[in-house]
Amino acid sequence: MKQLKLDDLNKIVDQELEFGQAYNYRINVCCSTSCVSLGSLKVLKAFEDAIKEFGVENECKVARTGCIGACSVGPTVLIEPGDYAYSNVTPEKVRQIVRDHIVLDLPIRDMLYESGTFFQKQHRLVLRNAGKIDPGRIQDYICVGGYGALCKVLTNMAPQGVINEVLASGLRGRGGAGFPTGQKWRLVARAVNTPKYIVANLDEGDPGVYANRSLAEADPHAIIEGMLIAAYAVGAEKGYIYIRSEYPLAVQTLQKALAQAKAMSLLGSNVFETPFKFDIELRLGAGAFVAGEETAILASVEGKRAMPRPRPPYPANMGLWGKPTLIQNVETLANIPLIVQNGSAWFAKTGMTKCSGTKCFSLTGKIANPGIIEVPMGMSLREVVFDIGGGVPGGKQFKAVLIGGPSGGCLPEQLLETAIDYDSLLKVGAIMGSGGIVVLDEDDCMVDTARYFTEFCVDESCGRCTPCRAGLPRMLEVFNRITHGQGELTDIGTLEKASVFIRDVSLCGLGQTAPNPVITTLRYFKNEYISHITEHKCEAGKCYTSRYNKEEPA
Amino acid sequence: MSSEKARLATMWFYGCSGCHMSFLDLDERLVDLAKVATLVHSPIVDIKHFPPDVALTLIEGAVANVEQVETLREVRKRTKLLVSLGDCAVTGNVTALRNAWEHGDRAVLERAYADPSNLNAQIPNLVPKLLDYARPLHEIVKIDHYIPGCPPNADQIYYVVGELLAGRQPVMEGRSKYG
Amino acid sequence: MLHVTLQQGGASINPNNVRLRINGSEVAVPEGTTILKAAALNGVEIPTLCEIEGLTPYGGCRLCIVEVSGTSKLFPACTTPAAQGMEVTTQSPKLYEYRKMVLQTLLAERTHICAVCVANEHCELQANANNHGVDHVMYERNWSCESIDSSHEFLVIDRNRCILCTRCIRVCDQIEGAHTLDLKFRSKSTNVIMDQDQNWGQAMSCTSCRKCAKVCPVGAIYIENENIEFTKDRDIAAFLSKRRRRSR
Repeated sequence: MKQLKLDDLNKIVDQELEFGQAYNYRINVCCSTSCVSLGSLKVLKAFEDAIKEFGVENECKVARTGCIGACSVGPTVLIEPGDYAYSNVTPEKVRQIVRDHIVLDLPIRDMLYESGTFFQKQHRLVLRNAGKIDPGRIQDYICVGGYGALCKVLTNMAPQGVINEVLASGLRGRGGAGFPTGQKWRLVARAVNTPKYIVANLDEGDPGVYANRSLAEADPHAIIEGMLIAAYAVGAEKGYIYIRSEYPLAVQTLQKALAQAKAMSLLGSNVFETPFKFDIELRLGAGAFVAGEETAILASVEGKRAMPRPRPPYPANMGLWGKPTLIQNVETLANIPLIVQNGSAWFAKTGMTKCSGTKCFSLTGKIANPGIIEVPMGMSLREVVFDIGGGVPGGKQFKAVLIGGPSGGCLPEQLLETAIDYDSLLKVGAIMGSGGIVVLDEDDCMVDTARYFTEFCVDESCGRCTPCRAGLPRMLEVFNRITHGQGELTDIGTLEKASVFIRDVSLCGLGQTAPNPVITTLRYFKNEYISHITEHKCEAGKCYTSRYNKEEPA
Repeated sequence: MSSEKARLATMWFYGCSGCHMSFLDLDERLVDLAKVATLVHSPIVDIKHFPPDVALTLIEGAVANVEQVETLREVRKRTKLLVSLGDCAVTGNVTALRNAWEHGDRAVLERAYADPSNLNAQIPNLVPKLLDYARPLHEIVKIDHYIPGCPPNADQIYYVVGELLAGRQPVMEGRSKYG
Repeated sequence: MLHVTLQQGGASINPNNVRLRINGSEVAVPEGTTILKAAALNGVEIPTLCEIEGLTPYGGCRLCIVEVSGTSKLFPACTTPAAQGMEVTTQSPKLYEYRKMVLQTLLAERTHICAVCVANEHCELQANANNHGVDHVMYERNWSCESIDSSHEFLVIDRNRCILCTRCIRVCDQIEGAHTLDLKFRSKSTNVIMDQDQNWGQAMSCTSCRKCAKVCPVGAIYIENENIEFTKDRDIAAFLSKRRRRSR
């Protein structure tokens, strides 16, 4: 296999551009999981047929791409130039779109996605290529500058230089804890033991969160390039992408991308004719929420039961098979090529001083525009919920926003001005988590919400440490009593005591953050607990429905 | 302590009476106790109804039927300090063995009365309805102090009763003893 | 004084190269020594349940949590290595309260009935509960109905008494080398199983060595018709692992 050179990259770019210029239009059909489930593959087929029918196949390219984020109005189709986003496209509408938009050059206003400020307020760095390139073609990625950053570091930068650049960028881990990425790299680079490993975390287990899946389905090469650069910086030889087997399309996309990168010698030995060698393997998870925890992921990659272990020793020193290991969320990795290409100063301009860049979120719940969004750090929750998300639909009253998935915090309206960054969220009792925002309205009961997430964490506890395994079920029992109308006021104290105990004493992040919904709802919505207990009243009407009515136990 | 004697009571729910045996094991210390307290209600005192204004009540046994729930709530109202005496009262213990297998009035009664009899099996219908679970006392009412042990030994009982009657809070570290 | 480290393989280590403070008094221990060991070497006792000398530490029961100055996080003494300049507190009202909660949640988790248990008065859970003055459990108890397996010739497991400390699993794997025992499922359904979740009597890899019963801190694994005092042996893992290191 001939080694790829920078010239070859440029050649591919030239070829692609020439190829692309032949077309006046590019029709990007979203083929990520949510749109596929709404029938986008049929839409894709319909477009291919329609352009033949109208004889415009030489003017117009149909591409299968990743997600533009507007998942509630899928299948979505983006027509370039002009970025016209059509929503709810059905095969029946395709002929009309091709006829009016392509043949007559008259975009159909009625069918366009009425998003308000859904796109305007976003700032797409990680999802820069989502919906625009074909994730199944490495040439598409190269054409938008892909693998240029890798070439730059391998030929022009020392590993320490890369680490310094990442340090200067202020990038922090997007997996939830927000550990400074550059510092992590420095720790792994300094570790003496070899070989070193990299694990890319794509085990997104939170209910309702799929931002990482969307990234992997839209731009797999960004993840691979980020891993390669990280490998060069820390001196790793082997990488693993740990992905849930519940993401079949993302697995397929990544497999294809890896094969393409290998075929072009971007993976393997002597990458870009340098001594650098690196290989990536996919590891499929068996569907455990806890497997996203950094030490549990290591156990699972090794083929063991996904159980976290106490730290120290930290994975940076003793990770996979006892060797130094860098564990990064895929979203963090996708930022790396940008930082290298454009410089840390450019990157640090986005977001806040202590917390630069952007963050992807899955925006779900009682919201007008659910979907995948990417916003600069420091944006207020209000902007996310009302400007991007379009607020609560159906004229209902906004009640709370749960940020950070099942172990996040429920924040009330008066805290909507909170800026989205690690420290501000922590201050109000929520966490960044892996990026789930669930909006709750007046029909949602906060006690029932806290109960639901406690139940989720009860089921997902790995069974290792006492507080999480044996403590969380006790909390759930108290919740069940309260929502069945059998609570007592002392139960509030029991919950407070138990949640602080579980937070402080648990072994890993799952247990330490599991009581967050309980702690925050007790802090901000205590009156709901009290009215449940003393007046047996659930204003949202979720609790004590007839299915809950049981005779008093004693 | 006032010159008037403190009113002391003991109760016996679903337990084996071992805790009361332990109480009687106070032996000659019973005489000392009698100097400061009067026993106003107890299985060994023939008074049917629980008297009012009791200073301290020790309860042996778990709560296992509806009648006991009523009684316990009544006792709670009439006594200042309520003490769970022994493992059955504190944890459910042997009485609660049934909790892990079968639930409900019928299942337990059948197991106790019908299964072992070869002939003319009868389930008594005059006993109060059993609860689904045998429960420790503090799951029904507020308990002020606990003396675990199966049975707790006389020294423990003497210590706790003595401290409580003297208005002090007993310290259980190293003194409590499950099983 | 013993200078043994818990590092597997027992590489030769320069003694006294880590200085730290435990409850205010300065101590020196070899690098790699855990806080638990460092405390024990200096006469400070930290309560434990899942930890047992001679096996890799597990860090699961959380009874041995300690405070380390400079961070609000609590660390399990059994897995955290002593570090230079560390200031460790092993007793405080907060730790005491949390340890009591650990014991209460364990007691509430499954059907623990001391009075009818083979390990009554020889049980580490019971002893710890007594020492910490756990005179009742604040939560409603969960009356578990896990399976009991007496299909083995003489070993019996009553999972209702199990606290999932995994001592038996570790001793079976690390000392006996059989790895008959392991865990299945997660959360509250987590349980100790034999081979591919078979009855113990059919578990072909079991060598019937009894070490699982010897290290079990509670009455979950025991030997039929044998006095529990005779069965239990907390030192067996340490003894055997030391012997084997020497012979190697």
